[in-house]
Amino acid sequence: MDKPGSTGFDGAPAVTLYDEELPPDNSYAFSPEDLEEDEMILNMGPQHPSTHGVLRVELKTDGEIVKDSRPHIGYLHRNFEKHAENIDYQGVIPFTDRMDYVGSMGNSLAYALTVEKLLGIGVGERVAGIRVITAELQRIASHLLAMGTYGMDIGAFTPFLLCFQQRERVLDLFEWLCGARLLYNYNWVGGVSHDLPEGWTDKCRRFLDEFVPVLDEVDKLLSHNKIFIRRTADIGIITPEMAKDYALSGPNLRGSGIDWDLRRDDPYLGYENYDFNVIVADSPHGPVGSCWDRYFVRVREMYESVKIVRQALDRLPAEGDVQENVPRFVRPLAGEAYCRSEAPRGELAFYIVAENKKPIPYRVKGRSPCFVAMGLFHEITRGEMIADIIAIIGSLDIVLGEIDR
Amino acid sequence: MNGAQIIQRIAAGLGLEEGSFESDPEAKDPWIRLPGDKLAAAAEFLKGDGELEFDTLHCVSGVDWPGDDPPAIEVVYHLTSLTKKHWIVLKTRVARAGASLPTLETVWKAANWHEREVYDLFGIRFEGHSDLRRILLPSDWPGHPLLRDWEWPETWHKIPVKAGRQMTDRAESGQMTGVGPFD
Amino acid sequence: MITRFRQIEMRLMGPLTLIPIVLCLVVLGTIAALPMLAAVISELVGDFVPAGLQHLVVVVLGTAGFVGILALNPIYSIWLERKVAAHVQDRLGPMRVGWHGLLQSFADGVKLLFKEDLIPRDADRVLFRLAPMLAIASAFAAFAVVPWGVREDGVVLAVSNLNIGVLYFIAITSLGALAVLMAGWGSNNKYALYGGMRAAAQMVSYEIPTAILILVVVAQVGSLHIPDIVAAQSGGLLGVGDWLIFQLFPLNLIAFVLFFICGLAETNRTPFDIPEAESELVAGFHTEYSGMRFAFFFLAEYGNMLLVSMLAALLFLGGWVGPFGSNPLIFFLKGFGLVVVQMWLRWTLPRLRVDQLMGVCWKYVIPISFFLLIATTVIKGLM
Repeated sequence: MDKPGSTGFDGAPAVTLYDEELPPDNSYAFSPEDLEEDEMILNMGPQHPSTHGVLRVELKTDGEIVKDSRPHIGYLHRNFEKHAENIDYQGVIPFTDRMDYVGSMGNSLAYALTVEKLLGIGVGERVAGIRVITAELQRIASHLLAMGTYGMDIGAFTPFLLCFQQRERVLDLFEWLCGARLLYNYNWVGGVSHDLPEGWTDKCRRFLDEFVPVLDEVDKLLSHNKIFIRRTADIGIITPEMAKDYALSGPNLRGSGIDWDLRRDDPYLGYENYDFNVIVADSPHGPVGSCWDRYFVRVREMYESVKIVRQALDRLPAEGDVQENVPRFVRPLAGEAYCRSEAPRGELAFYIVAENKKPIPYRVKGRSPCFVAMGLFHEITRGEMIADIIAIIGSLDIVLGEIDR
Repeated sequence: MNGAQIIQRIAAGLGLEEGSFESDPEAKDPWIRLPGDKLAAAAEFLKGDGELEFDTLHCVSGVDWPGDDPPAIEVVYHLTSLTKKHWIVLKTRVARAGASLPTLETVWKAANWHEREVYDLFGIRFEGHSDLRRILLPSDWPGHPLLRDWEWPETWHKIPVKAGRQMTDRAESGQMTGVGPFD
Repeated sequence: MITRFRQIEMRLMGPLTLIPIVLCLVVLGTIAALPMLAAVISELVGDFVPAGLQHLVVVVLGTAGFVGILALNPIYSIWLERKVAAHVQDRLGPMRVGWHGLLQSFADGVKLLFKEDLIPRDADRVLFRLAPMLAIASAFAAFAVVPWGVREDGVVLAVSNLNIGVLYFIAITSLGALAVLMAGWGSNNKYALYGGMRAAAQMVSYEIPTAILILVVVAQVGSLHIPDIVAAQSGGLLGVGDWLIFQLFPLNLIAFVLFFICGLAETNRTPFDIPEAESELVAGFHTEYSGMRFAFFFLAEYGNMLLVSMLAALLFLGGWVGPFGSNPLIFFLKGFGLVVVQMWLRWTLPRLRVDQLMGVCWKYVIPISFFLLIATTVIKGLM
């Protein structure tokens, strides 16, 4: 019989297909030999309830204090960029959906915008309106998820379910719109896959009307809870200088008190015509750039998204072919385009290099906001406690699908 | 500032002569291509100059051009200025064999992970990088997959990993691939 | 064949571990002597059992019945918790098994009973096996001194009418910390170790204010005997006015609130559930436990919840004294009412961090309870 605990699979030696010298083993950043007295290496993840996916964080701890930390990513790497080099332009869209799998509308939108920029085509007013509506609804859904799971990270379970009920309604709307609840393949190059069904706008309005009171309630329950504030308001401080240096974006950047939002500062899809505020943290409970600030920016952004969706619904042209600009073949001239857009988690950008009149992109690079945010993780966790690590991961609102691509 | 002005400013600031560098101020994203040895100085200048003030490094991408003469890997830096609200693309080319570049981590800390990713997928070494390890792939993964001539291994630790090429073949022959809008 | 035998062994392991617990309780029960239950049971069995064996039979039967009742308590507490949680969260909770899911917990219990019982290869097997037993034993044994009421003829309805019942309670509940520490250390898992260390620090810290706050009551009543403490609270307006929380207003009210907070901390309930903080430590000290051993920790947790609630009811809320006379039903209502409050808090509040938790204890709760002790004794002395 096998020894107990044996799986019968002995890890094979490293493959040596290439004669090149193998790079150093990167699975551990700290080694047991370097530890001082009382120190311990704790592996948090990749299977852990609160690392928001398959993130693995290596912690050097002294009791409850975290002396140093290193995130290890790549457990969800699905070679998106390699795939994209082998599939035609439109075919990449479903793969982008799987990057940030809880904010798919934003991903395919960013990709579609990039290809449109490459081709030099625009979209009609109705398509732009629909894209704004879906992108902002997706932002609401994504921020609801962030808010709920953040509450759960801190130990409050109830806001999570209340948030999920509302998120479910957004997903229902999307399901009615395009048949899918998570990975939509909705934004196409030059258009969208389905026009709004009859009655959809009314249902959407009803959702917005009923959503705001619930958001108020959850906000009251969680955001201003004294324990919650004490757990989050003075940890994980990202100073404005750090935020710029590490190129943070989206709510994380605005949570550090920097007034920057692509929807206002480099508008696309006609965002300049909408009346909304850019939410910047004002940190009533502690130093600017804390976990609470980042969290609260998301909460307040949901109200702004509701405002945008209402305006977009009001001025949506009644008629219009949503696929009139969809090109029969996407074969751009040689060139490159880099287009960024404000996805729920920050500035999502695609960099596409095209060969002349080829149906397949030469190179697609996804610039993921979560990837960038994880880059400064080790700076803000130094000296915090183990419980704070969870609070910090949650406040950065990462999705591993987008980090690893 | 628009692209042309930024490019002029960079050229003036670094003392580059007309014709010694390539640039395209009229492109969709205006870019300037500098030789690798000018890169560190250019980065310092771009960040420190009062009129340019490129305070964020938005993205670093590699693009492999094995067919060019000479074969090269292009490293593309997308820069943003949050204070001045302008954008520029900085490019540089390195030879494919034994490629190395100075790290920009000392200028923008965001470069740390981006450069690790470029190292991981293209094999470019960044001199002076504080923590140059593979980031997305396992440390014993063979080769650097985004090089155009990289070949899939058949197996990795007994796991079959070789990808099929049906999608590409169908796309290249003009057939629909089943995921586009007209399928 | 061997494998099959092992599986059978594992299936049997869960239920079989009940036996040492029962034995544990029998021993504890013998010590506690069970005067009241003894009286009732010996009346019933007196005719059938020879006189020499009567005491033993009484102890065994009494303990078995008592354990039976206490084993049913978690089952319904869990159902209650799920229902409370569901309604707080705007959903229905278990609805399928039985009327409104009443039998759901039985189904879960059966499932846990037949789950494979895993012990990690590098675990300390003795500590690993002992920990759940100790946890449940300490939770159940403390119930021995909890009186449910007084019969008209003066017989106290308790397993053991111990005259230093409060002291026994403090002593026995301390064992719970030991069990958690053993589980944490014995699992050979870093998360479990963290959970165990946190639990030890937390329980030891919060035992101090618990003991002081019990002393506040004892000093006012002048007795360690729980029925005496309840007797001191009977009478008054509508049978409510003399409850201890209304005496020396607001000193005793503060004492009650603090006692309840300490109770939450001692039972590791949110907002003090850091030893098993799910989002940080996976499951804390019981990360490696499965099947029935895991269930034992659950039984112990719900037993402890009921225990501190009942004790709070006895010490501060007049025990079985109520507006419509005094009977055990009132006492149970008070006890379960406080359990519901604990559940309500759990599903409303986030969790404190470990240093904040200790800060609450050492910076606020302990000084205030010392002040209360001094203030109440001085006032009582002057009166």
